[in-house]
Amino acid sequence: MSILAAESANPLLPPLGEIIIGLIAFAVVMFVFFKFIAPRFEQVFRARREAIEGGIERAEAMQAEAKAALEQYRAQLAEARTEAAQIRDQARAEGQQILEELRTQAQEESARIVARGEEQLAANRQSVINELRGQIGALAVDLAGRVVGESLEDESRRRGTVDRFLDDLDGMSGGGASDGRTGSTVFVPGGDR
Amino acid sequence: MTSSALALAGVLAVEESGGGDGFQAPGLSEFYPEPIAEFSLLGVDFAITRITLGLWFATLAMLVFMVMTVRRPQIVPGKLQFVGESGYSLVRDGIARDVVGPRGIPFAPFLASLFFFILANNFMSILPLAQISPMSKFAFPLVLALICWVLYIYIGIREQGAGKYFKDILFLPGVPKAMYVLVTPIEILQNFIVRPFTLAVRLFANMFAGHMLLVVFSLGAVYLFSRDNFSIVFGPISALMAIVMTFFELLVIFLQAYVFTVLMGTYLNGSIEAEH
Repeated sequence: MSILAAESANPLLPPLGEIIIGLIAFAVVMFVFFKFIAPRFEQVFRARREAIEGGIERAEAMQAEAKAALEQYRAQLAEARTEAAQIRDQARAEGQQILEELRTQAQEESARIVARGEEQLAANRQSVINELRGQIGALAVDLAGRVVGESLEDESRRRGTVDRFLDDLDGMSGGGASDGRTGSTVFVPGGDR
Repeated sequence: MTSSALALAGVLAVEESGGGDGFQAPGLSEFYPEPIAEFSLLGVDFAITRITLGLWFATLAMLVFMVMTVRRPQIVPGKLQFVGESGYSLVRDGIARDVVGPRGIPFAPFLASLFFFILANNFMSILPLAQISPMSKFAFPLVLALICWVLYIYIGIREQGAGKYFKDILFLPGVPKAMYVLVTPIEILQNFIVRPFTLAVRLFANMFAGHMLLVVFSLGAVYLFSRDNFSIVFGPISALMAIVMTFFELLVIFLQAYVFTVLMGTYLNGSIEAEH
């Protein structure tokens, strides 16, 4: 029977029922595409574009930030360098100063030591002179006593004699040495007179 | 029983009876299978055949697939989303944006509906068990072409104004006045009759002829295998041709869906931009 239907039908003259079925089917397709599929795809495309553009912007921002940081580091480095140079110069100057101070200190110290040594030497010499004077006096008196044969028992007389003798000696030599030779005159204790 | 199966039974019956009346080539009855259900609604007769079922199946399967690809859209697409997206982008970027023009993106959903609807239905022509495209029934391409026809005229009026749109079609600018005698009828014919008709017929005829080719070669192979003389040579050739034509049909399926959509894109482009 289908063959009979086929023989009577013209394939270019479709029945209305088929057209309506086709219309409904395509309407459903259009509805789904307009309502669900196309908006979702557009959303994805937009999101992707934004993601890419956002990524580029983020990258640019990061690059700018990195550049700023680099500049800052460079500035800091330069600053640190000048500071280091300053510190070095200062340290050198200080070192020089300390050296200078140490040198003067050492000089002062050495001068003081020398002065003290000289003082001590002078004191020693004075004491030696005093001792010698006593001993020589005693020796001389003893010797003179033996030579003369008289015993000079009296202490005060004896001392007075010796002292007078020695003073005479000093006076004699003092007249000769007063022209500039400080040596003997300086170390004669004036308190004895 | 489908019409193809009926034809096959006919071929085998010929063989059994040792018939001398030769090979009965399948004819138009291929496209008028027995209705599964028939009913009348508001005076319109509906016949639900296996081709109608094919239309519903293809449409539904395509919609389910496309919705699945965008169910959870991600910026970095998965495999499924990538497939759907590539198909949609082909229409959106390749046709709506590049053919229709910079203002064509809003037409992308419509063009995509066209493309995927035709593609899915065309694919029924080589899908095993279905093996006949609903698009080989003139009603369905005709519906699409009429919708396109209404749409591109409506868009032309909306974008350029009715006066300018029809004036540009009737009196093509830049044509010598004397030539209007010749040009105006051609333009009217082309814009309002030839365009929708060719759109519909091109798609219909391709799928119709493709199906006929496949059926003839397939049934021919069956018939030849059951004959004596030279059929041992020609039977395999016929079977091979059926397979080759199936692959050829695959190309036609895609190409016709694309051509239909691209042509609609150029018509829309003509309506949006008054290029005359």
